[in-house]
Amino acid sequence: MPPLLFWTFAALMLIFGISVIAQPNPVSSALSLVVSFIALAVLFVSLDAFFIGIIQILVYAGAVMVLFLFIIMLLDLRSGQRKKAHAVTVAGGILIALIFVAELGQVLHAFPEGNRTAPALGAPVQDVQSVGHVLFTSYNLPFQIVAVLILVATIGVVVLSKKELD
Amino acid sequence: MDWMFILISLAKILGVIFGIILPLVSYTVYAERRVSALMQDRIGPNRTGIPLSLIPGLGLKDRQMPLLGGMGQPIADAVKFLLKEDFTPAHVNKFYYWLAPCLAMVPAILTIAVVPFGSSLWGVPMVIANVNIGVLFVFAVASLGVYGIVLAGWSSNSKYPFLGGVRATSQMISYELSMGLSIIPLFLIMGELNLPKIVEYQIQHGWTIIPFTNLHSFAPGLYKHHTWRGWLNWKEIVMWVPMMISFFIFTVAIFAETNRLPFDLPEAETELVAGYHTEYSSMKFALFFLGEYAAMITGCSLIVTLFLGGWHIPGIPDGSHGWIWGLVNIGCFFAKVVALLLFFIAIRWTLPRFRYDQLMRLGWIFFFELALVNILITAGIMAIFPN
Repeated sequence: MPPLLFWTFAALMLIFGISVIAQPNPVSSALSLVVSFIALAVLFVSLDAFFIGIIQILVYAGAVMVLFLFIIMLLDLRSGQRKKAHAVTVAGGILIALIFVAELGQVLHAFPEGNRTAPALGAPVQDVQSVGHVLFTSYNLPFQIVAVLILVATIGVVVLSKKELD
Repeated sequence: MDWMFILISLAKILGVIFGIILPLVSYTVYAERRVSALMQDRIGPNRTGIPLSLIPGLGLKDRQMPLLGGMGQPIADAVKFLLKEDFTPAHVNKFYYWLAPCLAMVPAILTIAVVPFGSSLWGVPMVIANVNIGVLFVFAVASLGVYGIVLAGWSSNSKYPFLGGVRATSQMISYELSMGLSIIPLFLIMGELNLPKIVEYQIQHGWTIIPFTNLHSFAPGLYKHHTWRGWLNWKEIVMWVPMMISFFIFTVAIFAETNRLPFDLPEAETELVAGYHTEYSSMKFALFFLGEYAAMITGCSLIVTLFLGGWHIPGIPDGSHGWIWGLVNIGCFFAKVVALLLFFIAIRWTLPRFRYDQLMRLGWIFFFELALVNILITAGIMAIFPN
């Protein structure tokens, strides 16, 4: 992918990421997040990771954010109903963000592999097959455990949301 | 070479969108009106012709025009949509009110990019984007289609559109699940997510739901593979059952995803005026209206590609035997799509609408479980009859 496209979509992702917290209207925030997810998916696709890119759109933009939007609309959240941010909260938020950036810098600094230019991919990657293969061989036990966890969560939702009969 | 690729892709995109899909959309609307009229013992629009008598030199007398059974109606409809007053109510959220019609049309047309609508023409494969994860791309883009409807309902700032938008959200989320699960058995058998390769598989092994199209007697000398050796291949006979279940679930889910009757709850006109597009007029309304039909066409092309052998008809060679066969293959594909569209239209004028709780119950309690069981059945058959 030409660098121009990379910079365009990276910039789009960041701009709409900022817009998520800057928008006064909750619906606008949610939609900004959707655009940010789609730009992120484009970056994945540009790395030949089609599967992850498409899953990013399918799961996050197509399902999770639709449910978010659904809840926002049902609760009828309006702009201006947000609480005014406290000075201490703002300072705390900035501090936490700075700590994360510092950690990231530390990790990147201690990871010399990141400076090497990787060779270009020769053949197109069969990413669905490779992900499936790894999931069912090397990571089979964690995969099964996650499946049981999700089952527990599903049953929990059904039990919690079921109306009391008596 | 790169420029050549870009030019060919552009030609394919423009040809498919403006040459086939958009005319097909307008004539599907026409077909809907004529078929509904036929089924209700009315006549329907049969008068609008093309005013050729306005062109001097053709020798046609005043007001004498070929009626063509009202085939000029879509042109008149389009002109009407464009010329009507585009009214924006004062109480709407302007930005999203304008954004929603665009979002309604785009995903429906974007999906067609990965669908193989023909074999090849002069050696160029007749698919716009041949990606390895074609089916997932379709689901990803289709899942974005709900935003147009939701935003239309929300930005209109009025009761009925809002109810329509909320209904559309829950309906689409519910049926996307069973739609995605219903075609996993296909991938178990074919081991392929790439739509052109899925069509290739069906050419060699028979169409998914009509698995004897590769019999030797259908196409003597054309195809080497013929797996149905005199009804003795038990695996393929048993596998027919889960394939039919997949087809059934997928087709019903397409009905729900495209908001067609009997699942058109988001715009149920007897309850919600016109649902999510109540506040829209002129071309903005037309975009919702046409977006629904475009989604129907992409849905039908998906059914054709996954279950009905794509562009393949037994006995007709593919595009490598000459460009004329390439064109015939494209014709075959769209003939199947049109047949399915007529089926969709016939269903609309036959079945009454579901109640909302029935719709959700059907999606979550029946189709979701059926799709899961179907995956289990397919995996079981594959384990019992290993090749």
